[in-house]
Amino acid sequence: MKKRAIIPIVYIIFLMLPIYWLVTMSFKTTNDILAGFSLFPETFTVDSYVAIFTDPTWYWGYINSIIYVSLNTVLSVAVALPAAYAFSRYRFLGDKQLFFWLLTNRMAPAAVFALPFFQLYSSIQIFDTHLAVALAHTLFNVPLAVWILEGFMRSIPKELDETAYVDGYSFPRFFIKIFLPNIGAGVGVAAFFCFMFSWVEMLLAKTLTAVEAKPIAAVMTRTASSAGYELGLLAAAGTLTIIPGAIVIWFVRNYIARGFAMGRV
Amino acid sequence: MRTENQKAWFFVLPVLILVAFNALVPMMTVVNYSVQETFGNNQFFWQGLDWFEQILRSERFQAALGRQFLFTAIILAIEVPLGIIIALSMPRKGIWVSVCLVLMALPMLIPWNVVGAMWNIFALPKIGMLGYFMNDVLGIRYDMTQDPLAAWITIIVMDVWHWTSLVVLLCYAGLVSIPDAYYQAAKIDGASPWAVFRYIQLPKMKTVLTIAILLRFMDSFNIYTEPFVLTGGGPGNSTTLLSIDLVKIALGQFDLGPAAAMSLIYFAITLAVSWVFYVVMTKDDHR
Repeated sequence: MKKRAIIPIVYIIFLMLPIYWLVTMSFKTTNDILAGFSLFPETFTVDSYVAIFTDPTWYWGYINSIIYVSLNTVLSVAVALPAAYAFSRYRFLGDKQLFFWLLTNRMAPAAVFALPFFQLYSSIQIFDTHLAVALAHTLFNVPLAVWILEGFMRSIPKELDETAYVDGYSFPRFFIKIFLPNIGAGVGVAAFFCFMFSWVEMLLAKTLTAVEAKPIAAVMTRTASSAGYELGLLAAAGTLTIIPGAIVIWFVRNYIARGFAMGRV
Repeated sequence: MRTENQKAWFFVLPVLILVAFNALVPMMTVVNYSVQETFGNNQFFWQGLDWFEQILRSERFQAALGRQFLFTAIILAIEVPLGIIIALSMPRKGIWVSVCLVLMALPMLIPWNVVGAMWNIFALPKIGMLGYFMNDVLGIRYDMTQDPLAAWITIIVMDVWHWTSLVVLLCYAGLVSIPDAYYQAAKIDGASPWAVFRYIQLPKMKTVLTIAILLRFMDSFNIYTEPFVLTGGGPGNSTTLLSIDLVKIALGQFDLGPAAAMSLIYFAITLAVSWVFYVVMTKDDHR
């Protein structure tokens, strides 16, 4: 047993090396970084973080990203819930075809949609708003959310619904009061995957924004080109983008694997 | 189990409207552009299937497509077996499970441009950890801005770093669902570790493994941000994958016709290969 533990340990060390590197670099001065390789910062500094938290373009990048990610997560899960319920409980004309068509959208290269989305959202006047990015990301997140939620809902016996109706519950009341608490884990997992994709996706987020809703990624790119080679600042900005994900994953750690395992293939 | 009820369509309606708006309108735009030529001023001329023919014949597209298939094949060949091995050797109970899962999932939650930028700096000669280690400790000349092979290796290692955990998590989910009784029975029969893997663990992992391979295929085939930030498609065109080329044509050169035709061909290939994967991997299921 002991010998087997080496494989995950080596793998985790491999995963942590670049992250460790990024975090230490964020505490170095630019001169320190350019002077050459070192494992620890020689002069420990938090200047890069101070620079980020005092410059509105920087911290608004984070706020913008968090706004459209939250908007997307709420939107995706809200529309996916009734649909997943329908797929898990009823047979109806074209249900299989519809389910498959939804999933094909998950396969679409984001690069294909960049330009048409830009034109579509410009024409309905929502270009450079948080809503534009949130809407664009639903194309990839809604199919995934429906898929995950459907798996969780199928594992709830139909008798639950029937008992509730016998007891005189109306459908909306049953759905909110009884059904939702029963698939709480599923909602958590679906929301997690929506959050994750929307947080990491950058091509569409950058294409669909200019000034008002500029995501953190776009701010980083601008810094990389205009302010020369401020590696410390970039590293600090990068480190800060890891934190929200790390927090979220801690909360759903017991459910992530299950969320996918229950999907139907 | 499921009852016939056409009213269920009302439940699906919000999703249908949202996805239709998001998928169909842009798709129609793409189809529209793909058969027309424009010289600006919003004047369009019917072009037929010329763009498709031109794209399919162009060496640039064929080269990018070839690189894309090579990349995806290498990624799958490394990440799938590696993911299975790591999942098999993970602890099943206790605090270490949570620690492993959280640490392993971490790379997947880093924005893609940060992943690219991080590996770009990581691989810099002299300054970056990897670059320093290769050049100054091992004495191997390693510079991915000059050497296409080094660029390829860096992209592949980056993707293995980024996504192997997805395979691990899914396989692990399949593994923990196997009841202990199966292992006890195997022990009584004196089954070898290989036999346990082949006849107990692999069949139980099949569903999740199918999902893992499909997701890894789709995502690696559509990959854009990470390699673009890491190498910018260079040196030369050596790491210009399909999406990078497409964005160059569509948003860089604004060649709408060829870009649209290329988009449709690209999407069709992704769909076709995903479908083949799906059919091959589920053909034994008599469900």
